[in-house]
Amino acid sequence: MPPVLQLRGITKRFPGVLANDHIDLELEQGQVLALLGENGAGKSTLMNILYGLYHPDEGEIYVRGEKADIQGPSDAIKLGIGMVHQHFMLVPVLTVTENVMLGMESIRNGIVLDRAKAARRIRDISDQYGLEVDPEATVEDLPVGIQQRVEIIKLLYRNADILILDEPTAVLTPQEVMGLIAVIRSLVAQGKSVVFISHKLKEVLELSDRIVVLRRGRSVGATTPAESDERSLASMMVGRDVILEVPKGPANPGDVVLDVRDLVVKGDQNKVAVSGVSFQVRGGEIVGVAGVQGNGQTELIEALTGLRAVESGRVELGGRDVANASPRSITEDGTAHVPEDRQRDGLVLGYSVADNLILNTYYLAPIAKGLAMQEAAITDRADRLIKEYDVRTPTPLTPAGNLSGGNQQKVIVARELSRPVKLTIASQPTRGLDVGSIEYIHSQLVKKRDEGAAVIVVSAELDEVMALADRILVMYEGRIMGALDAAAATKESLGMLMAGVATE
Amino acid sequence: MDDKTVASAIANAVQQPKSGAPTPKGQHRRGGWLRQLLVPLLAIITALILGALVIAFTDESVFQAFGGGFGRGVGQAFSVIGRAYGAFFSGAFGNPVRIISALISGQGAQIRRAIYPLMETLRISTPYIFAGLAVALGFQGGVFNIGAEGQYFIAGLVTVFVGYAIKGLPAIVHLPLALLAGVVGGGLWGAIPGYLKAKTGAHEVINTIMLNYIAFRLAEFMLDANGLMARGDGRPVSPEIQPSAYLPQFFPNQVELRVNVGFFLALAAAALVWWLLYKTTLGYEIRTVGANPRAARYAGMSVARTIVITMALSGALAGLSASTDILGVLHYMPNAFSSGYGFDAIALALLGKSHPFGVVLASLLFGALRAGAQNMQGIAQVPVDLTSIVQGLIIVFIAAPEIIRKLYRLRQPVEGEELVTVRGWGGA
Amino acid sequence: MTLIKTSAKAQRRARTLGVVLLVSALAILLLFVPGANAGQTTTFAFNETRSEAFAIPELAFPTRAGLYLMAALTAFAGAYQLARGFTRQGAVLGIVAGLFVLAFLTWAARGQSMNLTGMMKSSLLRAIPIILAALSGVMCERCGIVNIGIEGMMLSGAFLAALIGSVANNVWVGLIGAMLGGALMAALLAVLAIKYRVNQIVAGTAINILATGLTSYFSSRYLQKYEVLNTPPTFLPIPLPGLSRIPIIGPALFNHTVPVYLTLVLVIAIQLMLFYTRWGLRTRAVGEHPRAADTLGVNVFLTRYVNVLLGGCVAGLGGAYLVLSSVARFDELMTAGKGYIGLAAMIFGKWNPVGAFGSSLMFGFADSLQTRLAILAVPIPSQFLLMAPYLLTMVVLAGVVGRSRGPAAGGQPYEKE
Repeated sequence: MPPVLQLRGITKRFPGVLANDHIDLELEQGQVLALLGENGAGKSTLMNILYGLYHPDEGEIYVRGEKADIQGPSDAIKLGIGMVHQHFMLVPVLTVTENVMLGMESIRNGIVLDRAKAARRIRDISDQYGLEVDPEATVEDLPVGIQQRVEIIKLLYRNADILILDEPTAVLTPQEVMGLIAVIRSLVAQGKSVVFISHKLKEVLELSDRIVVLRRGRSVGATTPAESDERSLASMMVGRDVILEVPKGPANPGDVVLDVRDLVVKGDQNKVAVSGVSFQVRGGEIVGVAGVQGNGQTELIEALTGLRAVESGRVELGGRDVANASPRSITEDGTAHVPEDRQRDGLVLGYSVADNLILNTYYLAPIAKGLAMQEAAITDRADRLIKEYDVRTPTPLTPAGNLSGGNQQKVIVARELSRPVKLTIASQPTRGLDVGSIEYIHSQLVKKRDEGAAVIVVSAELDEVMALADRILVMYEGRIMGALDAAAATKESLGMLMAGVATE
Repeated sequence: MDDKTVASAIANAVQQPKSGAPTPKGQHRRGGWLRQLLVPLLAIITALILGALVIAFTDESVFQAFGGGFGRGVGQAFSVIGRAYGAFFSGAFGNPVRIISALISGQGAQIRRAIYPLMETLRISTPYIFAGLAVALGFQGGVFNIGAEGQYFIAGLVTVFVGYAIKGLPAIVHLPLALLAGVVGGGLWGAIPGYLKAKTGAHEVINTIMLNYIAFRLAEFMLDANGLMARGDGRPVSPEIQPSAYLPQFFPNQVELRVNVGFFLALAAAALVWWLLYKTTLGYEIRTVGANPRAARYAGMSVARTIVITMALSGALAGLSASTDILGVLHYMPNAFSSGYGFDAIALALLGKSHPFGVVLASLLFGALRAGAQNMQGIAQVPVDLTSIVQGLIIVFIAAPEIIRKLYRLRQPVEGEELVTVRGWGGA
Repeated sequence: MTLIKTSAKAQRRARTLGVVLLVSALAILLLFVPGANAGQTTTFAFNETRSEAFAIPELAFPTRAGLYLMAALTAFAGAYQLARGFTRQGAVLGIVAGLFVLAFLTWAARGQSMNLTGMMKSSLLRAIPIILAALSGVMCERCGIVNIGIEGMMLSGAFLAALIGSVANNVWVGLIGAMLGGALMAALLAVLAIKYRVNQIVAGTAINILATGLTSYFSSRYLQKYEVLNTPPTFLPIPLPGLSRIPIIGPALFNHTVPVYLTLVLVIAIQLMLFYTRWGLRTRAVGEHPRAADTLGVNVFLTRYVNVLLGGCVAGLGGAYLVLSSVARFDELMTAGKGYIGLAAMIFGKWNPVGAFGSSLMFGFADSLQTRLAILAVPIPSQFLLMAPYLLTMVVLAGVVGRSRGPAAGGQPYEKE
């Protein structure tokens, strides 16, 4: 019997990026194939190609041995391929039944929605696979884990037998993950085939029959849980072709600048995102925060910078408690913040470079005198910073949106690091940047450290954290799993902590 | 997450810095200005052409001429359009020949008659400038002030009250006081939806519409024949304001030339708004909140406070359109009239690309449209409502520049040049 | 955590409701009772014409006693709410609001007689164009297109109803003309909002200005010049056999012209279609989360086009009612803001057809009441009554009394990836 799904030489190029580079993949019926890789490795791109959301530049897809031409989701659905997107495609105000039947409604008397019939089928599916979903419930009232099951029911309702689950555990609690694993087991036991995208080693090992590891758009290895363990997978996953080296001397830690105690922060879904985190950062050291994305790093940084409410705990900056202080007062206290999402938070893309360079000092002398802003001072600062921080821009009046990502980030770094700061927080400072810009930004952060500032670097890239940091904190599910001296840390040990495996 | 990384990589790749020599400062800007003017100009021209077609195809003489042959029909169509737009033009700007000959003759009466149309255009433009600035300022701050009409009523009530109820003040005190009253009245009325948006997230579009009707009823109540502010002679109008609150006329001895100092005030307001928006910290805050509220929050600005201030300033400007109307032209406030400024102001702000000077130009155009339309109706029997058709079309073309670009085969613009206004009221 | 928080919120709201009820009772006592003299009686009449099957006697009662009774009932409701709590709080609020209005009427009609049936009827008639406007809004907004241009669509509908109705000398052709007029403007909105992704509020504004200009222009070019073009026939009231003879509701509901019946049918039909048919499910999904609908093969653009066009037809009917059911001619700007009132009614009615119907009735009632009060010489300025619905809409929008939430994707253009 041919594999139920076969990808051959799938290649997808985006301008400037090779997202998928000749990837081969096989999925046997009744198996769970895990697609493992770091963020940006090309997993989602590959699956979006399979679901018809993107079209490959090269390569072929075979479904049950036959070549398939998938132009859009409806083609994929017809071929029995279904996908649970990382961000659920559910209409919150509709019921489970309505969400599931949408696009494939049961009708009676020629016009009336047959909710009862659809609900019966949903109940049947739910019973068959142990999903335990109430068809009458409104989706927005359901916990995330159940919403995910609704998504799975949507696929089964359409008779999908190849199920793609894109990072299904990213949004789940550990208990919900257990439930999901049980559901997937029950699915494959009844003949369904599953592609499971993840970067969590433990789940992958527990659940899958085969594992394919992607790195930088390429398939770097295929293995089985029996032949591998967390260590080997972690090194396959985080290994790099280009090894980053940041020239820096030994750290010279001084006084404690930031003292965080028992910090609790809630995330967007009113779920605890940071649960009781404590750590200190001293002047003259770089503390790296490693961890898979979505483990509370974003919320931690937002709380430290005043952008998110602190539920409980203390945040002392230079001896003053700044928990729930306003962003402005924290900035004025000497905090620099290079935000995670530079285009959404860090820049006004329609503003000129010069105007972006004064985003949080626009009201201070010499930029402003009273109400009036001083054009000359703005231009002076722009000219100086553009030169000093090597921002490549045609003119200081060019809109920031017209610059490359690296230069946009340099604008932010210039703005933040040119102020006298005692604490520098950089979130994913080099994501999506070219090597030159990465090196430059790293050197600036080290320079800040050597000037005596406390520096926090949050990054999903292990290499970056290891190259930059003097100490490394690893976050997992809102807690600090471990704190290591950077010199003593290895990729394997960090990878284990990132995967939630505690070391002794 | 993979997608995100890829997407940002795409964005980076697309936005490579321009290679070659850096563009000199001035040139860079001017190129942008020209390009920005192109679409509005084409939009106006296209709307006027469509207006001409409406004129031609609703004229019986054209149909009759078509009966005598195609060429004749076309000829007659052009002559009808020519007559209408000729009347329109002389109504809006005056007859250039007559103006010149009047100037040469040096006769006061002749000159006044000759420049009357132009002066009317300026007079009608005055409230437009204020109302257009109001909406433009809102757009810059990310709020959609559809309530200039209501702010007009409230400001009008307050202004006229100060104008007639306070007696014995010298003009130097009374006039500014009456203007200030309008600013405060319109500003407070505008601040209400701003506050509601900032505090409860209620969309300002709905609230400003509701406040329009509330203001309208309030004005009706106050100015009712037996209302608190009625003149008392059985007519539903307010008393005449004191002459000390009059905005001085340009030609004090010529009542028919109604253009007044209000026009200069409007120009000054445009300059002030420009200064405020582009040269002050408050303006920087307003624009940042409008362009990217998340970045504004990151930068330590109070988004809620800025929204309230923006709406208040917007309301104050809309209020001034009433104040100058009343203090400069009407000298009292009539009941139950719809100024129509509220919606025209949206068109003005769009046409002016939310830039104060653009708004002034757009207002002059609309003033000319209104003034010319009167003449067009009088001479060529084309209903004044043609202006609304033309205005509506202009908004359509400005809002959907793609149509204009397709029509004239223009290049696609650089990303980020499109006008950004505000979202609907569905989401958070 | 979450559960505790919501229940605390619910408790606070329950308490607020109780206090509101008690305050209403107090208001009846303080506002209305002092105005009534000891000997005065209030008379409510229920017979509109002589057509009812049997006459209901007039209800006459001492004004003060009636007011005391109503205050007592309101106060009891408030006290019960604070002590025990009602399960159906919305219904209680509605009943008490009704009581309050009744108390107001009792006071207003003290020493006089007021015909409640006539009041109901005129409220309904005044509400009809508002209902249709609100329904048009519901149709558009449910699929995610904000429609500020209802006013313009109604105006176009009214214009074509008059013109085509006059030319054809047929009310039904006029009715179809009106739907066409609304649909034409709606088509413009749809193309601008869906194809060109224009800001929908801007597009709606453009439509209002354009429709005003076009209808006024053609009206003064043709309708005013040639009276034959502006004398459409009108629908005559058709009493429904049997039903129209039921006392009270017969004259109020079942003795109307076709557009009125059509409106009532549309309210129910759109409500049913929205919640019980495939079209409705898809419409709501597209209005809430277009991408989710798209991934399931629902054609987002088609759904939006169809809905906006149908919404335009409904708005056109609103214009037709003004022309073909009441004044029998087109006048410039004759919609006089009813499109915007409809928008408010839609929001007040929480984007539901039946809710929009109810809130339109409230607007119609306020309108009808102010004319009655003028007749009764009640010293309340009509303007304040007319203002009240707008104020209430703002209150609802601010979330003070139950939050009104629009479709999540409202106003956002949809783009395929």
